[in-house]
Amino acid sequence: MSAPQYDAIVVGGGHNGLTNAAYLAKAGLRTLVLERRHLVGGAAITEELLPGFSFTTFSYALSLLRPEIIQELDLVRHGFLPLMMPSSFHPTGDGDYLLMGDDHAQNVQEVRRHSPRDADAYDRYHHDLDRVVQAVRPLLDNAPPDVFSTDPEDRVDVDWLVKHLSGVERRVMHDVVRLLTGSAADWLEDYFVHEGVKGYHASSSVIGSKVGPMSPGSGLVLLFHKMGEHDGHLGSWAFHKGGNGGFTQVLARAAEAFGAEIRLEAPVTAVLTEGERAVGVALEDGTELRAPIVVSALDPRRTFLELVDPRGLPGELVDSVERMKFRGVSAKVNFALDGLPVFPALPDTVEHYGGFLNIGPTIEYVERAFDAAKYGWYSDRPYIDAAIQSVVDPDMAPPGKHVMSCFVQYAPYELRGSDWESERERFGDRAQAVLEEHFPGFGELVLHREVVTPVDIEQHTGLTEGNIFAGEFLAPQMYFFRPAPGWSRYATPIQGYYQCGSGTHPGGCVIGSPGRLASRRVLNDVAAGRVGAHSTGTASS
Amino acid sequence: MIRTTPFHPRLSELNSQGLYTHWQGFLSPLRYTTAPKHEYFAVRNSVGVFDTSPLFKYRISGPDAEQLLAGLLVRDIRSCRPGRALYTLWCDDRGFVMEDGVVFRHSANDFLLTAARPNLGWLDSHRGRLRVELEDVSDDYGIVAIQGPRSRTVLSALSPETDGLGYFQHTQAKVGSTAVTLSRTGYTGDLGYELTVPADEAVAVLDAVLEAGRDHGIRPFGEEALMMLRIEAGLPLIDVDWTNSRTAWTDAQRVTPTELGMGWMLRGIDDDTRPFLGRQAIRRELAEGSSRWATVGIVVDWQHWDRLHRDAGLLPSKSEHPPPYEQMLYDAEGAPAGFVTSFLYSPVLQRHVGLARVTPALAETGTELRMEVVVNHRNTTVDVRTAPLPFFNPARKTAKP
Ligand SMILES: Cc1cc2nc3c(=O)[nH]c(=O)nc-3n(C[C@H](O)[C@H](O)[C@H](O)COP(=O)(O)OP(=O)(O)OC[C@H]3O[C@@H](n4cnc5c(N)ncnc54)[C@H](O)[C@@H]3O)c2cc1C
Repeated sequence: MSAPQYDAIVVGGGHNGLTNAAYLAKAGLRTLVLERRHLVGGAAITEELLPGFSFTTFSYALSLLRPEIIQELDLVRHGFLPLMMPSSFHPTGDGDYLLMGDDHAQNVQEVRRHSPRDADAYDRYHHDLDRVVQAVRPLLDNAPPDVFSTDPEDRVDVDWLVKHLSGVERRVMHDVVRLLTGSAADWLEDYFVHEGVKGYHASSSVIGSKVGPMSPGSGLVLLFHKMGEHDGHLGSWAFHKGGNGGFTQVLARAAEAFGAEIRLEAPVTAVLTEGERAVGVALEDGTELRAPIVVSALDPRRTFLELVDPRGLPGELVDSVERMKFRGVSAKVNFALDGLPVFPALPDTVEHYGGFLNIGPTIEYVERAFDAAKYGWYSDRPYIDAAIQSVVDPDMAPPGKHVMSCFVQYAPYELRGSDWESERERFGDRAQAVLEEHFPGFGELVLHREVVTPVDIEQHTGLTEGNIFAGEFLAPQMYFFRPAPGWSRYATPIQGYYQCGSGTHPGGCVIGSPGRLASRRVLNDVAAGRVGAHSTGTASS
Repeated sequence: MIRTTPFHPRLSELNSQGLYTHWQGFLSPLRYTTAPKHEYFAVRNSVGVFDTSPLFKYRISGPDAEQLLAGLLVRDIRSCRPGRALYTLWCDDRGFVMEDGVVFRHSANDFLLTAARPNLGWLDSHRGRLRVELEDVSDDYGIVAIQGPRSRTVLSALSPETDGLGYFQHTQAKVGSTAVTLSRTGYTGDLGYELTVPADEAVAVLDAVLEAGRDHGIRPFGEEALMMLRIEAGLPLIDVDWTNSRTAWTDAQRVTPTELGMGWMLRGIDDDTRPFLGRQAIRRELAEGSSRWATVGIVVDWQHWDRLHRDAGLLPSKSEHPPPYEQMLYDAEGAPAGFVTSFLYSPVLQRHVGLARVTPALAETGTELRMEVVVNHRNTTVDVRTAPLPFFNPARKTAKP
């Protein structure tokens, strides 16, 4: 075969693949990104489905992106612009609402309006949660130490972890464990009494996961969504200018500016190996491309079971990946609107449309929505995390018109006794009916509706079973165990073959760390001579 | 008694916070909503409106008006054609900066100068026998700034002249039936315009602007958002980033144009046909290389910042508006290197950045310095690097129409 044309080939042009490629190219590696579709971004894309209306087909908001990536990849120069959400809005189901903003004291008053008893709890709650975030955050920015290894290099990282954890206060450590193992409902009940206030705070505890707020494990999901430090404010969320697709376009420009090449409509069918080493990839059209480094930015199922022959891998690894839970339960229903919906209690303002509209009034409401999913059906009255992005970003829709992104749960990947092609519009109707309940007259505003089912998610992004995080956020699938015990440090059993998708630590969301941490692993290996970068040999971390 | 601007009746209705500061004797909103950063984002992402009426405005006219200004302003007004405007400093005779302002040239003999402080007496004292009329027209006009990427779209719907206007150009235009001066000027470092409007028609003009901007996400912004914008844009502010030489007590408080980072204004200083105030001293400074400072940007090493706070058991603070105080800068050996005059956490850059004055030898981009910070009631230092200004400089700011 011919000589390698590239030092590194990254399979998959989602945000992690792009991040990874940008770092590799920045370090001097001749890097190629191969993306199956006609556009990069994967689950973070923006599409103009109707002239002038930009839809965030899948993911829609930004928070967890690690700040070092913004700086190290010089993203501001390429157009990085996160638009912080000025408000978040939570109808309480009785015609009233909670409208929260950036002013802490005014938020306390808003809570007090509903429940004087919860006003000081609000302070305590946030302080306790911030302390947990502080304690856990350093784990996000480092590859999980290999506690199973005896290699002295790995021991350094294990020692770091032990030292870090032993510095965490007793009480905070207890809270960490309560959140990582318990339910959001239990955690919130330790603070609040008002159902609407609890419902508001529970909103992020079920995103993308087959759990209800009363299920153990929902605490972990809640915590993960608070880990963002966007704008330096813990747990704050933004819309990127032009949607999350606007963000991945910025990343692509940055990667190209560092010299990475991006090839679209180039589906990879296999990673080529010689002996125990990766030597390149084969494309669907039969083309073979050579490189001593291949990085899969796909999920673990595809990385270990499809791109390579699992028979060549350790059985324990293959077992773990096969056992890994995906079970997508999320769908999107996106709307083009002729005008702004009206919430009857706030007829004359738009203030409440600045950020998330959280349609899941109480914990019980969301838990009941979850019930159906346990038995293979979608919610009759689903939980909706909505956002009218065009209120904050006028570039998303023509003047006076709007786009509304609705993230809808629960929509289990596998339906019992039917399939998603048959249920698509009926499911869309369920979501729209819930919106109609809260915003009477909503239906008359709808110019266009797009229903994105878990099957669509799988087909368009490659995320197995439509799981938005490339593997559920369950304690046995996180940190040392993500994606599989012993394989949490971005390498694979095949030399030169690496993984950098959301199925690796720390996990899904538009966060970039898998891509970045994997690039560090690759570059360390190059520097140590463990894998070759043929063109330059000058790569360093 | 505190005064209100011509736009106040409408803008105060839009202010949900009731938070004002005082700006040269006028009520001026700190912010209109719960947090300034959303007002900031309106300017970086769509369009925002700022009431800049408290600026002093002087009409300078007559056959010798150009001559008077040429002798006072640092930049050469003779090269400014009618329909153009200049941002300029003016200095005292020792070459120390007094103030800054924008001068609009309406015709050969007719100028309008905006200034942050009163200046009529000073202008008058330099008039001598020149044939110049000086008039304080501050109260006759309101000025509203319309800034951000959508500002052109919004204003061109009202005044078609907007479309042809280049950076720092201005023209007479109409908004509805009101005659206004429309200029492509501002203090945000972004694409933007200002409307200078007769005071008694100010509200009508503002209403038309707000209406035209409604579907573009227009919103008013207050002084806190303005601070964020202008620091990112590298624009210094009087009495914050420098002290007016006229009211300074010591030379240590004073700066020269070069020291303030405005050396670019000195182009043509060797042209002997224009002996402006302070010129001799400034030429000496340039010839001898005796500038004491250079103005640079600084960017905080955020990882070090976080580590400092985390190790102290604190949440790293990232307020856009840290308490105003002049942080000292030290070089790698710990020797004094300068000081920071403005500081913020930039939501776009997601870093603390500042405007700083450092000894010229340390001005090179990327120089590693340390900035004083207080953590847990103790003084310590955080690593910073010098950076070029402005921090944020979109092509649209100066792009040809
Ligand atoms: C509906 C939905 C809503 C979400 N909302 C949010 C949100 O609001 N905020 C947030 O932070 N996160 C959100 N997420 C999660 C987040 O978007 C994902 O975790 C993240 O984008 C995954 O990025 P990735 O780069 O790891 O993988 P992906 O984005 O899945 O990228 C994988 C890429 O590989 C390509 N590919 C697949 N197979 C091949 C092949 N054989 N050859 C070549 N290319 C291939 C795909 O086309 C795709 O571009 C959401 C996800 C979904 C699905």
